[in-house]
Amino acid sequence: MDFLQRFAIPHPSPAIYASMVAIALVSIAIVAGLTYYKKWGYLWTEWLTTVDHKKIGIMYLISALLMLFRGGADAIMMRAQLATPEAKLLDAQHYNEIFTTHGVVMIIFMAMPFIFAFMNLIVPLQIGARDVAFPRLNALSFWLFFAGAMLFNISFVVGGSPDAGWTSYFPLAGNDFSTSVGTNYYMLAIQISGIGSLMTGINMCTTILKMRAPGMTLMKMPMFTWSAFIANVIIIFAFPVLTVALIMGTTDRLFGTNFFTTGNGGMDMLWANFFWVWGHPEVYILILPAFGLYSEIISTFSGRNLYGYKSMVASMVLISLLSFLVWTHHFFTMGQGALTNSIFSVTTMAIAVPTGVKIFNWLFTLWKGKIRFTVPMLYSIGFIPLFTIGGVTGVMLAMSAADYQYHNTMFLVAHFHNAIIPGVVFAMLAGLTYYWPKFFGFMLNEKIGKSTFWLLSIGFILAFFPMYITGLDGQARRMYTYSESTGFGALNMVSFVGAALMAIGFVTIVWNVYYSFKHSSRDIGSDPWDARSLEWATHTPVPVYNFAKVPQIRSSEAFWDAKKHGHQLFTGKQEEIHMPNNSGVPFIMGMIFFVCGFSFVFALWIPAVVSLIGIFVCMGLRSFEKDHGYHISVKEVEETEKLLGGASK
Amino acid sequence: MKRKWSLLASLTTLVVFLTGCEPLLVLDPKGPQAARQASDIMLSIGIMSVIVIVVFAILIYMLWKYRASKQSDDYEPPHIEGNIWVEIICVGVPVLIVAYLSFVSIKSNYIVESTPVGYEDQEPLVIYASSSDWKWHFSYPEQGIETVNYVYIPADRPVEFKLYSYGPITSFWIPQLGGQKYAMSDMVTTLHLAADYPGEFMGRNANFSGKGTAENTFIATAMSQEDFDEWVEEVHDTAEPITEDEFEELLEPGHLGRMTFTGTHLEFSPAPEHNHGSETEQDSTKLHEETDHSGH
Repeated sequence: MDFLQRFAIPHPSPAIYASMVAIALVSIAIVAGLTYYKKWGYLWTEWLTTVDHKKIGIMYLISALLMLFRGGADAIMMRAQLATPEAKLLDAQHYNEIFTTHGVVMIIFMAMPFIFAFMNLIVPLQIGARDVAFPRLNALSFWLFFAGAMLFNISFVVGGSPDAGWTSYFPLAGNDFSTSVGTNYYMLAIQISGIGSLMTGINMCTTILKMRAPGMTLMKMPMFTWSAFIANVIIIFAFPVLTVALIMGTTDRLFGTNFFTTGNGGMDMLWANFFWVWGHPEVYILILPAFGLYSEIISTFSGRNLYGYKSMVASMVLISLLSFLVWTHHFFTMGQGALTNSIFSVTTMAIAVPTGVKIFNWLFTLWKGKIRFTVPMLYSIGFIPLFTIGGVTGVMLAMSAADYQYHNTMFLVAHFHNAIIPGVVFAMLAGLTYYWPKFFGFMLNEKIGKSTFWLLSIGFILAFFPMYITGLDGQARRMYTYSESTGFGALNMVSFVGAALMAIGFVTIVWNVYYSFKHSSRDIGSDPWDARSLEWATHTPVPVYNFAKVPQIRSSEAFWDAKKHGHQLFTGKQEEIHMPNNSGVPFIMGMIFFVCGFSFVFALWIPAVVSLIGIFVCMGLRSFEKDHGYHISVKEVEETEKLLGGASK
Repeated sequence: MKRKWSLLASLTTLVVFLTGCEPLLVLDPKGPQAARQASDIMLSIGIMSVIVIVVFAILIYMLWKYRASKQSDDYEPPHIEGNIWVEIICVGVPVLIVAYLSFVSIKSNYIVESTPVGYEDQEPLVIYASSSDWKWHFSYPEQGIETVNYVYIPADRPVEFKLYSYGPITSFWIPQLGGQKYAMSDMVTTLHLAADYPGEFMGRNANFSGKGTAENTFIATAMSQEDFDEWVEEVHDTAEPITEDEFEELLEPGHLGRMTFTGTHLEFSPAPEHNHGSETEQDSTKLHEETDHSGH
């Protein structure tokens, strides 16, 4: 009984018990459904063992959407609790767990897989490759992310959620002040999915550097590929810092080391530094691919090439360098003194310059264009003004003396949501709508899509703009309640209404998918948006080998060249296509990682050691395995091409 | 200069109007540090509003002028590479703005990190403010007084708060007197404040430090020097001395009301000075000499 006690929830509530029941029922339903419809084989061969970048992309996409709702549920609970002064909906402990998991889920398990989804779906197509450089590693990346996400998500029903904030500052996150296993979950779940992210970084950089179609020089890459490349370079440099910090945090909690403790020579400020040395570049890992998507979409729906391609690239390179030089601005108030704060204040403000250049380039892309107001374009147009506000408030926060007043307040919360929601979330939804037909063969309904956009935009403004004001009025963040006399009540109620509108907006996305699946035309051709870059030059749905023949490129808008300027993309004779084999090992390794992480969370050393050995065995087997992939014969390719709509252009 | 102030005034009015009359705490400063920060904030709001308006204007113009419904069906948008002059303007203007704001920011950094402007000739009152889960302990080493969850300061005199924590990182914040600073367990930080007027000001821990953070507040009261001296005397007459055992009890997690003691806990539980570059060099408080630092 003592043994089982540790898995119990330290702070149970009816909501958690209800969730437990719901999780159990859904799991049973899934297993029963798969068995009844005899889909286990399909699931295994088509999805669990796949190494196809498109399917992995779709799995990332589904995970990201699920996590969006998980994190969104946290958000709406927080706003409901704060809607009125001294509300009793949540107690302090529950509220603390919720804002912690909201932050982690939204950044690590929603935004990251969302951008990985688009990188996986789009990058190989945009550069004319058949897959990524290391397809099996790519599958492993996904399954590690998935294992990490699952591990993190069971925390609230097994053992308790982390409650030290998504930044998990020590010593609060140390054993002395955070006694449940929650922070162990934090350390291990992020570690596991972080290793996956690092692998994706290496994989994508190699893919982009080595596998571009003939003629596609670096400066002829489509802008999304450029943004993905820069983001992955940042991943390679930033994620190892997180890996090391998490290892140190884990050993502090599990093995009694003293890296971040307050006694015995430990230093709590070190964690904050490590965290943000990773954390700030992380922000750009998320926003740069979003910028890439906006660039594609704005150019497509303006009917024009992207204005200032070179300065777009240059500004991203500059942002990537600066992103590593600003981390201290997350704790100007730590007492580093005026000189240090001044340096980081200036570097932070400097980022506004390349970002501003990008904003103006998007604006000038509209110039002399022929603007079509489709759903993806609406998100992009909404993004420009809203993100500008998020950006300029960032400049305000960068003024370190003034930051002493903004820090830890709702003003800061308003700022980073103002940057992330129009910046990243809108981009993901724009990208989702834009690329949906390419991968699913039908368009999402424009009318529902537009109402989603308006609900989200208006909801966003109502939810977050009041926080700028309450922040300046002294409302600190992460407080589960406030007294009536503070006068924050009215504006927090407005925020709640906004959050509710956003929640409705997100539900309409699900409705849209369902409605469009039922009613949308399947006869949309391969280029429903009149787009410009290479990913639209192949069939819909995309065949497993992407392009029957390797395309010849002469500009960043290869498909536009082919459509308007008579450029021949696909020349030469059809050849045999070499493709990678599926493998179950990545999935199995992901599951072993899950068991390993779970064992470490609860300090169950025997399964921990066994699963660690299992991981190394999998890696060893892979080293000795001879897997040269398979070949698709010319005949087979030609048949597929015919089936998908005639010989390729 | 006059125009700048009228701009600030009108923006303040706007903000006040938007929030229903009462001025926002941060923009209603009662001391020189908070005033400096408020003026930086208003300045940046002003400049940033101009940028936002420019972006909005360009966006609306582009969308209005170049929307597809307004153009003929056979209109083909031209291919336009970047223009070097446009790019120079897009880089140059933001660089100028950022340079100006950097200049202001650096200047303000040095101002808020030193004795408040206008108070340089006065000896600052040193108060040790330490946090424990979830209380604030204020020690007056010169006066030999300790309070819990409230702090009295003389107005018109600079105050140096020496901050540290018995536990998680907290952040000491009295919005109307000046911005916050962290209190940490292995280092002492210094926050320079002063109150221009007597009054009661809300103070709190702004940094999340666990379950009781929301209630981790205190009241800072500024009063005339005479009133302050009177209060000190009264405390010495009426309050009990603080003992090590009692202080240990106070440190237990939980919430407490206001408390007052004579003596300070610094005598038996000194602040973690001389760690990790704590900013304490120029203070020769009694504690300084008492603490044993064989390494120095």
